[in-house]
Amino acid sequence: MSGALLLSAEDLVVQFSLRGRKLTALRGASLELFEGETLAVVGESGSGKSVLAKTFLGMLDKNGTITAGSIQYRGKDLARLSRERDWLEIRGKKIAMIFQDPMTALNPLKTIGEQIREVIELHRGMDRRQSKTETLKTLEAVGIQDPERRYRQYPHEFSGGMRQRVVIASAVACKPEILICDEPTTALDVTVQAQILDLIKALKAEYAMSVLFITHDLGVVANVADRVAVMYAGQVVEQGTVDEIFTDPRAPYTWALLASLPQLGVKGEDLFAIKGTPPSLFKEIKGDAFAPRNPLALEVDFVAEPPIFDVSPTHWAKTWLLDPRAPAIRPPDSVLRLREKLLAERKLS
Amino acid sequence: MKQSPLLSVKNISVDFGSGRKKFRAVSNVSFDVYEGETLSLVGESGSGKTTIGRAIMRVHPISEGEITYRGERISGDLTPKAERLVHQKIQMIFQDPMASLNERAKIDYIVSEGLYSFHLFKDEAERVAKVEQALRDVGLLPEFATRFPHEFSGGQRQRIGIARALVMEPELLVADEPISALDVSIRAQVINLLNKLKRNKSLTYLFIAHDLSVVRFISDRIAVIYRGHLVELAQSEDLFRKPLHPYTRALLTAVPTPDPQIEKLKKIIVYKPAERSPDEPAPSWIEAESGHFVLGTEKEVNSWLKL
Repeated sequence: MSGALLLSAEDLVVQFSLRGRKLTALRGASLELFEGETLAVVGESGSGKSVLAKTFLGMLDKNGTITAGSIQYRGKDLARLSRERDWLEIRGKKIAMIFQDPMTALNPLKTIGEQIREVIELHRGMDRRQSKTETLKTLEAVGIQDPERRYRQYPHEFSGGMRQRVVIASAVACKPEILICDEPTTALDVTVQAQILDLIKALKAEYAMSVLFITHDLGVVANVADRVAVMYAGQVVEQGTVDEIFTDPRAPYTWALLASLPQLGVKGEDLFAIKGTPPSLFKEIKGDAFAPRNPLALEVDFVAEPPIFDVSPTHWAKTWLLDPRAPAIRPPDSVLRLREKLLAERKLS
Repeated sequence: MKQSPLLSVKNISVDFGSGRKKFRAVSNVSFDVYEGETLSLVGESGSGKTTIGRAIMRVHPISEGEITYRGERISGDLTPKAERLVHQKIQMIFQDPMASLNERAKIDYIVSEGLYSFHLFKDEAERVAKVEQALRDVGLLPEFATRFPHEFSGGQRQRIGIARALVMEPELLVADEPISALDVSIRAQVINLLNKLKRNKSLTYLFIAHDLSVVRFISDRIAVIYRGHLVELAQSEDLFRKPLHPYTRALLTAVPTPDPQIEKLKKIIVYKPAERSPDEPAPSWIEAESGHFVLGTEKEVNSWLKL
């Protein structure tokens, strides 16, 4: 976990033009990924977590541009990379991505062996025979039995979980340094989800990759992540180790996300619910973007955007609550209960 | 809660296709739903949970067994009067609020469509009043009636879907994955709404879901389905405290918990159906503990109880 800095995004701003209007999907998002770690990015849909991941691969839609900020990777600023030729050196080869829906990520007209083989041939410059052997090895590594036979089959002959394994195989086939997983288990059943999470963890160790894991499920975060970045309305609002985020969350949005988990609810009582909907990113947002939905918001939240406050060397949050002048505000009860439960367990073990 | 059941599903089977291509999606499933409770059907995709919901709604014909509602048979051929009763008293909420609303109709029409087809209003004023009340019940403003579905967010659309069911004054709501397509922050709002409506309108829910954390929070009883068979049925807390069937245990360990320490050490169990030799007795539906049923042979159930 304490590896060197591998990839860092600084104050990224991404805008999309939609029918003459400007949508600001990322409003100065910053993120660091270290060697050998799994960083989970959590947030609801529209918080910009997928857009952030796509900027690392140069895969923004045509109407989207990075208007400010930088992405540092191995001495290069990926935000300045514009030629497709330069991206091909990185995308798929150094940074690979697994998508949410295994049903649409594969070409239905090609055998799955062919789809993985062409990736290897292209990126690793192997000939047909070598790349086929390599494909079979990769299929075996992702837990597909009888790879020789499966090699010749088409995506429709696979179940959802198996298809996701194929998608993972094609992503890790080139031994990338960074694996980006965009909600890889959302479309899957819980039992299959648990298996795929285990597979990603095993492959990460085997191929010595760093993983950027995008999800909205805090249970999944607890399972895979070493560190967590919480996103809201195009910004990272809190970042810390997984323990810090679960036992000592500081940003009100992180509180709200944790508190609305049904696992923490008390039966018969109302579950903590976040009011309203996320703000429109077409408009300029003043102050703290979460303030209108936050019953605990301070007056200053509506006026000025909070800066980043450090909680510990590995933990920071973007909230005025951490300002020395802020009043002491208690997190919701369920967050406190979770904290007590987790701390009690720590003492036991 | 031990009165006569509101809905009773007796040994039903549902087949798709015929002849050699016949596929049994649900086989020999029985359960009761009592008035005022929330019974959840859980299982993975393809387990047949949705098919059971649809069989109750009379979308899929059942090939064996019987479904009764307040003691009256509601499966198979019915008189028009009985059929109308079913369609009014049992309403359904769907999974995807983006796909389940007619994009070209205004909310006013979407919510009143059932009223029109059953002539459940005396005059225009009463219809409007009913629509407005249904919208208020789900926490929307009556003014929204003149808008189109695309003007609403996912959570609001799901509320519209619920309003459309409520306007019929149903007794039983079959909710097929009503929150799995919703965002985390919106999910809690809809769960709270469903719970509030249950209390205020004394509704009964048959809740179909795969997300066990949600299911645990809202259900009184849980039925676990595996490949068309009911494998376990128990009070919600009993099931989580002491799951008996190996499939249920595999399912429960797979649910992610918001606890990094437990999650990091977790060993997942992969369920494989037990292989039985032909001379062993076939598994049967056994009440292992009071109110806790499980599918297995007597020997198996005894060994599960000792775990």
